[in-house]
Amino acid sequence: MRLPDARGHFGRFGGRFVPETLMAPLIELEKAYLAARRDRTFQARFASLLADYAGRPTPLYFAARLTEHCGGARIWLKREDLCHTGAHKINNVLGQALLAARMKKPRLIAETGAGQHGVATATAAALLGLECEVYMGTEDIERQALNVFRMRLLGAKVIPVESGSRTLKDAVNEALRDWVTNVRTTYYLLGSALGPHPYPMMVRDFHTVIGKEARAQARRAIGRLPDVVVACVGGGSNAIGLFHPFIADRRVGIVGVEPGGSGIASGKHGASMTAGAVGVLHGSMSYLLQSDDGQVAVAHSISAGLDYPGVGPEHAYYRDAGRFTFVSITDEEALEGFQALTRLEGIMPALESAHAVAHAMRLAKTLPKRKTIVVGLSGRGDKDVHVVAKALGMEIA
Amino acid sequence: MSRLEATFTRLRARGERALVAYLMAGDPSLAETRPLVVEAERRGADVIELGVPFSDPLADGPVIQRAGTRALAAGTSLARVLEMVSTLRAQVHVPLVVMTYYNPVLAFGLKSFARTAADAGADGVIVPDLPWEECEPLRAETEPAGLDMIQFVAPTSTPTRVKTIARLSRGFIYVVSLTGVTGARRELPKDLDAQIRTLRLVTTKPVCVGFGVSTPEQVAAVGQIADGVAVGSAIVRTIEEHTGTAALVDRVGDFIAALKQPLRVSSSAGFARAIEGGGTEERAARRATTVGRGAKPPSEED
Repeated sequence: MRLPDARGHFGRFGGRFVPETLMAPLIELEKAYLAARRDRTFQARFASLLADYAGRPTPLYFAARLTEHCGGARIWLKREDLCHTGAHKINNVLGQALLAARMKKPRLIAETGAGQHGVATATAAALLGLECEVYMGTEDIERQALNVFRMRLLGAKVIPVESGSRTLKDAVNEALRDWVTNVRTTYYLLGSALGPHPYPMMVRDFHTVIGKEARAQARRAIGRLPDVVVACVGGGSNAIGLFHPFIADRRVGIVGVEPGGSGIASGKHGASMTAGAVGVLHGSMSYLLQSDDGQVAVAHSISAGLDYPGVGPEHAYYRDAGRFTFVSITDEEALEGFQALTRLEGIMPALESAHAVAHAMRLAKTLPKRKTIVVGLSGRGDKDVHVVAKALGMEIA
Repeated sequence: MSRLEATFTRLRARGERALVAYLMAGDPSLAETRPLVVEAERRGADVIELGVPFSDPLADGPVIQRAGTRALAAGTSLARVLEMVSTLRAQVHVPLVVMTYYNPVLAFGLKSFARTAADAGADGVIVPDLPWEECEPLRAETEPAGLDMIQFVAPTSTPTRVKTIARLSRGFIYVVSLTGVTGARRELPKDLDAQIRTLRLVTTKPVCVGFGVSTPEQVAAVGQIADGVAVGSAIVRTIEEHTGTAALVDRVGDFIAALKQPLRVSSSAGFARAIEGGGTEERAARRATTVGRGAKPPSEED
């Protein structure tokens, strides 16, 4: 079965829940994307940018000291943190920016939480000579000052979003409002595997290079497929990219790690799979943190990139189908993961990725040494040092 | 015949156009929304849209966003809005349409929502984030309950979509005048006339125009070509400006009366003038005479 179906549904999830004004543009986008997907010239250009510009393939690295420290299963890292701009986000952005250029849209808009997607979009805009505006919640602007500056250096305009919780969710609202207004000239470069169809499909497709590489690399390096693949899930783009090529491999366990914030019981978290209910936000049906009367709740996470109350619809589908498992990691555990990887391997992960690392460590301790875990190390942690310093009670001069 | 259909039939027979007035339920509180609805009917609103606040109103501009935030802070929910409708129904005779994003309806339960709304005496429902492709589950509940589901046509809708939407929409067809979110605009889009003409080719259902219509002059212009004119942000803004004053209900009533005025009588020059934008001074003068002391006309995009 090919998912999504013709109207963008993954079972009961996904779809296109948007104002009528956006329907024709979304259908046009879908057609343009499907044509590009079949077009060898487009695919060749995308592949060459991934290789020569983004720096792919990224290594699959055996974390020997981390493995030894945990004393159980062997931990391998899929090093998306080594991608140009410091995170997996560039894969999707290059694909969509090429599509925008192909559709002759001169202006890109994007939302960003941690700033990684904003930086990646600004980068692609600079590369292809497109105008770029990035919506970012003021709360996140404060948390991610470095990325804000990077976007500005790249020539993008960062538009502060003051509405709602002033984080990623509100940045998406503002970007959609912009798109509804300027739809004829503007390409909305959505940064996660969510939103209305065709975004979840398109973003997934551009990121499956992660899982395809990891699968082939595991075969070569380990001699077989891993026993478990683990990735953090906010909207779920790096996760679906890593997971998707393993879906048919029934023996490979697939685990998404949600932000547990201060703990599920505290109510301050972003674990929509663990504690949410089915609902509609930002154009698609999926699991959603919400009140009993259908108001979307504010997510909490130390990691701006996971601070989102929803999750991509394909994850919801495979969760219900029993193929993906979801767990949560608290802020505190993520910080421990961050420090462990930094000290033991000399790799400073993004706080998002540190959630996946923390779960992999927990899991490795329960598994025998012959088992292997592949962790999606989605981004590097330079952008987070201020947040980490604050959380650890340290001062940066 | 539904109450919405009956209303438009009656108005058409008289050569009159409908004023569709939008209020955010619960702004500043549900207790204050009640007298506003009663006053809106008394001063000339032919259809009243009751907005249900939502945390993520992606089709709305800043004015309605703020109203929604206030309404949520006052504890407004879809259930409480429907309760209010049921108690208002005895006093208010014009059609009441509930305008809500989809997620609160999903959380309420589709069947239960349709039944509760119909039992409360609501006449229609508008869900801005539910295009026809996704509306079937809700329509399957609203139709048997006798609740009209009103659909949008946008400037970007293709001819095929327009046809489908015109066929599916009940009560009236809501024409979004521009690409954008709700909120006042200085000028109406130039191609609105053509957009409505195209729509008329495929339907005889009543056509109401909304988004960006905020002044009596614009209402007059749109009244030339549509069966009804929907005004939201400008009314909500008037409420915002007078909240906490004793004059709130009167001021909102005055503004609604000013909006309805040009729809009662037929005048022909208005549309061309408002479409062209007109001279600034001339417009200001007209505004001053038409609006009177009702309310200050809103500036562009809040």
